[in-house]
Amino acid sequence: MSFSLYVEVLIQGVLSGLVYGLMALGLSVIFGVVRVVNFAHGEFAVLAMYCAFVLFGLGGVDPIIASIPLAIAFFILGYAMQRGMVQPFVTRPQHEQFILLVGVALVITNGLLLVFGPESKHVDLPYSFDSYTVAGVLIDKVRVYGAAAALAVTAALFAFFRFTATGTAIRASADNLTGAAVVGLDVKRLYAISFGLGLACVGAAGSIMMALTDMTPMLAPSLTLLAFTIVIVGGLGSMTGALAGGLLIGVAEAVASLVVSPAIKSMVSFGLLVLVLALRPQGLFGKAES
Amino acid sequence: MKGALSFLTPRSTIALLVCCVALLIAPFIVDRYTLSIILLALLGTYLGQAWNILMGYCGLLSLGHALYLGLGAYASAILFVNYGVGPWLSVFVAMALAVGAAALLGWLGFRFRIEGVYFSLLTIAFAEIVRIGFDNWPFVGGAAGFFLPVNASLSHQWWNLRGGPLFFYYLALLMAAVSLVIAAVLRSSKLGYAFLAIREDPQAARALGVDINRTRFLALFISAAMTAVGGVYLAFWTNNLFPAQILETSKSIEIILAPIIGGLGTLMGPFVGAFLLVPLGSALTDGLRAIGLSAPGVKALVYGLILMAIIAATPNGIWPWLARKLGLEAREP
Repeated sequence: MSFSLYVEVLIQGVLSGLVYGLMALGLSVIFGVVRVVNFAHGEFAVLAMYCAFVLFGLGGVDPIIASIPLAIAFFILGYAMQRGMVQPFVTRPQHEQFILLVGVALVITNGLLLVFGPESKHVDLPYSFDSYTVAGVLIDKVRVYGAAAALAVTAALFAFFRFTATGTAIRASADNLTGAAVVGLDVKRLYAISFGLGLACVGAAGSIMMALTDMTPMLAPSLTLLAFTIVIVGGLGSMTGALAGGLLIGVAEAVASLVVSPAIKSMVSFGLLVLVLALRPQGLFGKAES
Repeated sequence: MKGALSFLTPRSTIALLVCCVALLIAPFIVDRYTLSIILLALLGTYLGQAWNILMGYCGLLSLGHALYLGLGAYASAILFVNYGVGPWLSVFVAMALAVGAAALLGWLGFRFRIEGVYFSLLTIAFAEIVRIGFDNWPFVGGAAGFFLPVNASLSHQWWNLRGGPLFFYYLALLMAAVSLVIAAVLRSSKLGYAFLAIREDPQAARALGVDINRTRFLALFISAAMTAVGGVYLAFWTNNLFPAQILETSKSIEIILAPIIGGLGTLMGPFVGAFLLVPLGSALTDGLRAIGLSAPGVKALVYGLILMAIIAATPNGIWPWLARKLGLEAREP
């Protein structure tokens, strides 16, 4: 195996990792603020993939471009879900939240199965097989575009949390819920916005993933687990951690499938997860809970 | 033992006896299909009790119990097919393996103070690592599965867990009953109270001299060993094992739905939950087929909606509510 092959795989891992990271970022935002673990996260990613697939089929919309309208649509979906369904569960025990979201996951997966069938779907983009050659190293064009889009959405989210009043208020209520309520922040609204933003991330990420891989409804649970692995490795509730975790898992899986076998790749990321939990339970970028 | 029965009021004793008698004579009344549904519900009760000991009593949310189920099933199946070791012996190997895996999990989890949602995700990770491992391990058949011989000449060796539907029905009934007794005895034991103390407030429990790690290990071991026994049953009853079924996260979820829906941390919760959810699942299959909606996915979709409705309507599960309605409010602490 040549050296350039390793470089190629490494770059591919980084590029996929950015998209994974965006998906996991959604999970992290929801948990960090609302303190609900979205056990249906991968299902929402697959839902976004099917939306992108339909948009491509109907109007020939490039999934990477579709990530913007889908992010908006998923924001609204998330906002409505938090307001109408999840909010009463915020103060309830974790296992009850779990059952609720398992229900949501079942409905999404099987709704998609019902409408689209179990066959795997993919989109043929005009540039699907194009690639750049940089110093003898091949880089897939579609992955570059996907990663750039993921990075853009991520940057927008970071800017929102950093520079807007609402973003600051959300961070405040994540840090100190009682304090936020005392100073008169509408916590329920902030929760709904956070859930919406979480789903916006997964909506954009799912749409981009449609350009990169084939997809079936059965993919959803493994995507949920992937998102979990990433946020635990990076630190649940930490936005930087989700991105770093995405990159780490992306690279680890890419290298593992080259060096060992593709079937083993998710075992490597679970191994990484166990290692991180053992050495640094709060994750690489997480704050230790006092 | 006397303390273990303290939860029974005269009224609930009668109710329990009626249930027992009904289940004992069920094979002579209902048809084979209904009996298989009851069997599944009994198995669900058994596995639910096992999981409930860990989560309902000790407060540790495991989302990876498929691991112990799968280890138990594979261990006994492989020992039987490859080495001729019967299930009555291999069940101990199965339990030991499950306890070993649980020890590793607990060592990582408890030693490093991995708690709450992190512990739950650790349990998923463990189960998934093993599932992917089994998927790619030729010795256990890989993704293509591992099969026990279905051989007529073997079919009456009950000591090798080979038997007809009746045999497996009564075995499931026995297991469900024993699991209820184990849970009841535990509940009224010192260890059981230590479980509850840790569930309610680990710091206070520690202050009272409860060794938290040791107690959590014990809950995990009991739960894992019981689940592994369920795995042995499953292996010999279904005769085929696939990592994608028995070790899958969806299996873990299936195990925990009954006790949560039935009533977490209650003795009758797993029973009530299993006897609600399993028939519900088959009624959905039949009902939807009858009205011509047998497309794949419909059943699970409706099932998901019902789950959401139940958990939204009865926060503490069905049993506490049902017990109040029926005047069976046992002395559930």
